[in-house]
Amino acid sequence: MRKNGVNMIKISAKNVDVFYGKKQALFNINLDIEENQVTALIGPSGCGKSTFLRCLNRMNDVIDICKVQGEIVINDFNINDKGCDVVRLREKIGMVFQKPNPFPKTLYENISYGPTIHGMAQSKQEMDEIVETSLKKAALWEEVKDRLHEPGTGLSGGQQQRLCIARAISVQPEVILMDEPCSALDPIATAQIEELIDELKKEHTIIIVTHSMAQAARVSQRTGFFHLGELIEHGSTDKIFKNPDNTKTQDYITGRFG
Amino acid sequence: MNKNKEKLLAKRYSSEKRFQFLGKSAIFMALLFLAIFIFKIFSTGYTAFQKTWLIVPVNFDAETMYLDANPSKEDLEEADYFEISLQSMFNLDKNANEKQQNELKKMVSYFFEREIKQELINDPSLLGKTKDVYITASDDLDQVFKGNYPRDLPENQRRVTDYQLKIFDQLVEQGKVESKFNLSFFTYPDSREAELAGIASSFMGSIFSILVCLAIAFPVAVLAAIYLEEFAPKNRFTDFIEVNINNLAAVPSIVFGLLGLGILLAVFQLPRSTPLVGGITLSLMTLPTIIIACRASLKAVPPSIREAALAMGASRMQTTMHHTVPLSMPGTLSGTIIGLAQALGETAPLILIGMVAFVNTIPGSPMDPAASLPVQIYIWAESAERGFVEKVSACIMVLLGFLIVMNLFAQIIRHKFEKKWS
Repeated sequence: MRKNGVNMIKISAKNVDVFYGKKQALFNINLDIEENQVTALIGPSGCGKSTFLRCLNRMNDVIDICKVQGEIVINDFNINDKGCDVVRLREKIGMVFQKPNPFPKTLYENISYGPTIHGMAQSKQEMDEIVETSLKKAALWEEVKDRLHEPGTGLSGGQQQRLCIARAISVQPEVILMDEPCSALDPIATAQIEELIDELKKEHTIIIVTHSMAQAARVSQRTGFFHLGELIEHGSTDKIFKNPDNTKTQDYITGRFG
Repeated sequence: MNKNKEKLLAKRYSSEKRFQFLGKSAIFMALLFLAIFIFKIFSTGYTAFQKTWLIVPVNFDAETMYLDANPSKEDLEEADYFEISLQSMFNLDKNANEKQQNELKKMVSYFFEREIKQELINDPSLLGKTKDVYITASDDLDQVFKGNYPRDLPENQRRVTDYQLKIFDQLVEQGKVESKFNLSFFTYPDSREAELAGIASSFMGSIFSILVCLAIAFPVAVLAAIYLEEFAPKNRFTDFIEVNINNLAAVPSIVFGLLGLGILLAVFQLPRSTPLVGGITLSLMTLPTIIIACRASLKAVPPSIREAALAMGASRMQTTMHHTVPLSMPGTLSGTIIGLAQALGETAPLILIGMVAFVNTIPGSPMDPAASLPVQIYIWAESAERGFVEKVSACIMVLLGFLIVMNLFAQIIRHKFEKKWS
């Protein structure tokens, strides 16, 4: 979806501040996320990149003391408005977590849960189709098609994470947020997930938080660098890694700190 | 330097050995006490499951019973059995004088007339014939036969007379005394006579109390726990509630008994001595136990599951009902059973609300007066008759069996249904 060679803006964060109690965790973040691109958020631990990610589907609501200020506009709608329905929002914006967290239910139930609560399938047949396509898109179908009714917790770590991705895409979200999706996985499983991310960006906008700069360089087109709650620099991944404007970015990329 | 190190190492090893020894001795002591306790209960109690019967020939003489040759069923029901019953006892010693005849009559339970009547009603063709009938021996002779009676005491210090012993020994010699499984211990309600006393009333009372307690405590406690854990804001007020729930769990049970007495009986005028009131009182006691168990198992559900559901667009209610609560159920249920087992063994509050009354009927509903198993133990332990000693132990065995089954059930639920987190 290009318009005059420029990618459409999917999410636009304006002046976002986040507080945990009295402590400010994010300072005046302004960031545009482009549609059908992979945007990587990098930075040292505790820099606020996960916090920012969780702002995008209002998961910070779960934390009592967390307060988000500023505007986050998705599809011309500010999700921090009082009128925003989080259930609808999270249907449009899926999330994959750091540690694989499948429901302790069968594989089938894991995938069908989202479509069920959002009333997306009218019949068992439709649901079967949704489950199959989701698993196929998550490159898990071939491995699990014979044991759809076994518990999802019985899979290996990498399979579990792909199951979680399949679960997230089962409701056809426009955006998928990934919070260090590979940090609990071995290199082979990581490679599989990275390949998958590349595939998924055709239909979804992806924002991935990662600790691994190599991963950011491999999978993303855009990169944002966070440090101490501030967005230091953002732009195309090529530029950030090869020719950053800011010396802090330079230092982090070259491994001088972090 | 090296020597010092050696010394230190030896010291560390010996201190570990000491600790292990102390731990083992503690466990040994605990097991020893348990073994002594169980041995004592079983060795005194097992005889209660046997009952002594005298086999007495009874002459079902139609004339004495004022019956004609072909009596209807109603006639049989209304006939006079007292005379033939008395006669058959007197026939054990044809030369007995009046005092001795009285003693003969007291060798069996006062149910003997009813037992003889039942025999004829079961088989009306016995009319006019003589048949050996099993008659429940008096509790003292029962104890004599079981060898629990101090026969060598001087006669004026025991309730069984020398004459009764003489006749009884004759009967034993003739093989007219038999010991059989004591079914009536399970089917009869309480009685003043040890040989006729059973646990049916208190057992049913306990069951009804527990059911009432479960019906009230479980839903209230689970709803309270879910609200507090999943929905309530964390502030001073909810902290205050939490502290007080924990306090409630530590309140002595007799205080709840007073509450039941003062409010349920005095204000609401509910029927006293009933499992209904007992169950409500016990539910107050069980409530905090279940709330605490339910909250603990809700807390044990990893937050990642809640986040997964929320991120899928589930509402808070859906997250709770579809994921958190089902996952917490095994813990909640086993906590509930433990709480009920506690309530089952509770005596003090039930005594206060009048479930200590002598009840010789079997309750058919929670609204009928009843005792409960622990209260029955208390009542029997207070009784003077020797026959009740074994009954106390037997009743304890039944209660312990009940508790063990419940705890086993709790364990099974916990192990079988609890989900393992990846």
